[in-house]
Amino acid sequence: MSKLLEIKGLSVTLPSKSDRQYAINDVSIFVEKNEILCVVGESGSGKSVTAFSVMGIYDKRALTISKGEILFDGYDLAKVNEDQFRKFRGKKLAMIFQEPMTALNPVMKVGEQITEILEIHTDLTPGKRKSKAIEAMENVKLPDPEKIFHSYPHELSGGQRQRIMIAMALVLEPDLLIADEPTTALDVTTQATILELIKEIQVRRGMGVLFITHDFGVVADIADRVVVMQQGVVVEQDTVNQILANPQHEYTKMLIGSVPSMVPPQKKSIDVQAVLELTTIDKKFGKSSLFRNDRIVRAVDQVSLKVAPGETLGIVGESGSGKSTVARCAIRLIEPDSGSILIKDIDIAKLRESGLRHLRREIQIVFQDPYRSLNPRRTVGQSIVEGPMNFGQSEEAAIHKAKDLMEIVGLKPDNFNRFPHQFSGGQRQRICIARALAMEPAILIADEAVSALDVSVQAQVLELLEDIKKKFSLAVLFITHDLRVAAQICDNIVVMKKGAVVEMGATHEIYTQPTHPYTQSLLQAAPGQKYF
Amino acid sequence: MQSQVEPSVFDVTWKNRNVSIGMSILVIIIAIALFGPFFTKDPFSLSPMTRLKPPGDFGFFGTDQLGRDVFSRVVNGGRISLTVGLAVAVFAILVGTVLGLVAGYIRALDSLIMRVMDGLMAIPAILLAIAMISLSGASLATVIAAIVIPEVPRVVRLVRSVVLTVREEPYVEAAISVGTPVHLIMHRHILPNTIAALIVQATYICGSAMLTEAILGFLGAGIPPEIPSWGNIMSEGRTFFQLTPWIIFFPGIALAVTVLSVNIVGDGLRDTLDPRIARSLK
Repeated sequence: MSKLLEIKGLSVTLPSKSDRQYAINDVSIFVEKNEILCVVGESGSGKSVTAFSVMGIYDKRALTISKGEILFDGYDLAKVNEDQFRKFRGKKLAMIFQEPMTALNPVMKVGEQITEILEIHTDLTPGKRKSKAIEAMENVKLPDPEKIFHSYPHELSGGQRQRIMIAMALVLEPDLLIADEPTTALDVTTQATILELIKEIQVRRGMGVLFITHDFGVVADIADRVVVMQQGVVVEQDTVNQILANPQHEYTKMLIGSVPSMVPPQKKSIDVQAVLELTTIDKKFGKSSLFRNDRIVRAVDQVSLKVAPGETLGIVGESGSGKSTVARCAIRLIEPDSGSILIKDIDIAKLRESGLRHLRREIQIVFQDPYRSLNPRRTVGQSIVEGPMNFGQSEEAAIHKAKDLMEIVGLKPDNFNRFPHQFSGGQRQRICIARALAMEPAILIADEAVSALDVSVQAQVLELLEDIKKKFSLAVLFITHDLRVAAQICDNIVVMKKGAVVEMGATHEIYTQPTHPYTQSLLQAAPGQKYF
Repeated sequence: MQSQVEPSVFDVTWKNRNVSIGMSILVIIIAIALFGPFFTKDPFSLSPMTRLKPPGDFGFFGTDQLGRDVFSRVVNGGRISLTVGLAVAVFAILVGTVLGLVAGYIRALDSLIMRVMDGLMAIPAILLAIAMISLSGASLATVIAAIVIPEVPRVVRLVRSVVLTVREEPYVEAAISVGTPVHLIMHRHILPNTIAALIVQATYICGSAMLTEAILGFLGAGIPPEIPSWGNIMSEGRTFFQLTPWIIFFPGIALAVTVLSVNIVGDGLRDTLDPRIARSLK
């Protein structure tokens, strides 16, 4: 087969003050016609820089191509000027992005956004353009394309928006499609259908696809060949079967080894009195007015669950299922409309802040985003001691304890006086865990606490959570959208959909014999089940 | 990822040309206003023999219709203008910040405070000042109060909007869940985020307050006429404007340069302290 795109010895330099000299160094990869090449790596591996260099849309003030060639269609894209480049983009090279919401113009109908591309690149009449756009929308299997043609992006779901993006990218029938984490922002069930669609179109058109992802599950489902990148360097490339069955490089082995299995380990059932018990919790958002009440969202609908010391209860569901709202009710960051929340047999559902305050010690939370959950202007030490000192502990004792906790969560106590920006994402998540533990809680809520982390770091933080659960006999409420993570860490699982619990039970049972159709579709949609 | 220690706010802002130039001019003006009066003639001493003399033998800036030295009066007037500018900025920021924090953080009080602020915003500053002065008599304090009141709602809105964004940050929620009392949450976690926006706003308030003070003086509704503020000097010179333009010209220039330098500093601070704009300018 002929090589469609060939990158030879490409190096891109970072600005002089960065932590390393090259964003990517001496990268040589190629994409053939009629194949999907997956570039995998963790954050900072240079996979996106590689893709953006091919499209010529990298940040030219910060990055410079210092050497190497990007050969495509007889040209070296590293050297062509902006005018020549414009002829390639759209027509022969097309790209889809991670965020389908921000990549579409919110004030323009989606149909017009597709015809605009045709207007720029072809001489078709307006009528032809429209029929071509509709055809493109049919190709990506959008229901009722005539109606969606006249919709605005906010009227469509995430999956539909990503289909529009793909339709836009493919309407000019490009030879090479670059997809930068196109399914990362989507729910698993949507992700599965989009992956299937990309694969199908690729085969039908005989296109080359350069697919960037961090998820080895996705790689297993979609790739023909795989390039593994680490710190800007290609460490391994081979066919997908070779890489998955017989990885050579240590880093590839580690990445593949870090993918949690879908088979939950057997766990002992826990027979102790629950410390956290939610009974028929309801929470609605929005206000009804005299004339319309369609703005009300039932975020949580009659949810009941309980967690015992030493137990990890997982709440799984897709975005909008209300799992985070349950967590925020449990910790009383928001007040539920009805129902009771028993913490050690005291109902906190309707307590006022003054009565609630001393019970706040018992229940702590670790959030998803490690970059926003620590105050950037306070040292990590100040963040950890804040809670205990609120409850009258002396500064000296609090600092002493904070340093012990930093040791427990795997950080050097010397780093007590550093600021959050001096730590990596995984380290920050450890700091957040230490902050929660400083309160000596009985219950710990982890709200997507590992979702923003790279797989290797994710595995370490999960291990830490498991350790501290045993050590402090915590009841853990673990909220996640990732069924692989849930399978490994949870004793029991609650599956939520549109605010309601559809199924609950022991993890092992749910994964082997799901009864609700939604649970079944969720489990089926998890990527990479052929291999992991 | 930032790995090195961040440079101090002072280093960053001083590198901005607007800040350094504006600040330098402002420091000179402040120095003149502070120390100048010790070296000039008495701004109140009348000299009927040398009335309406042009700049030259009888003073750098000439004399007015009562023979008073215009230079000395302009230098002394600087104290008034700067005092008004500074005092208005400080009071407006203080009151506005407290109200903004409360409105943004305590939902129950939000609509109450904001509706009062909307009401205040509807009153034109100059009309309010004239009304207040006719009620309680002209004095420096009344003028300052009259200018502060219409400025407060702008500060409240600014602070409230920052609070509304920051209160949703996970680190604020984490602070709530470790039992941090409301006043400490405001002080430790929310207030520091408003500082940059407030410093910028303060410079604009300062500049516009000096202008309003001069306008009030010029209309005869400001500081008592015997006190030489820039507005008052211009107001008195109005009658003789065509014959002796220097009486209006020099305080006018002083006012223009001061307000301009304050605004330049404000622009520079906005560029360096507001991260969104600063990033796009880098």
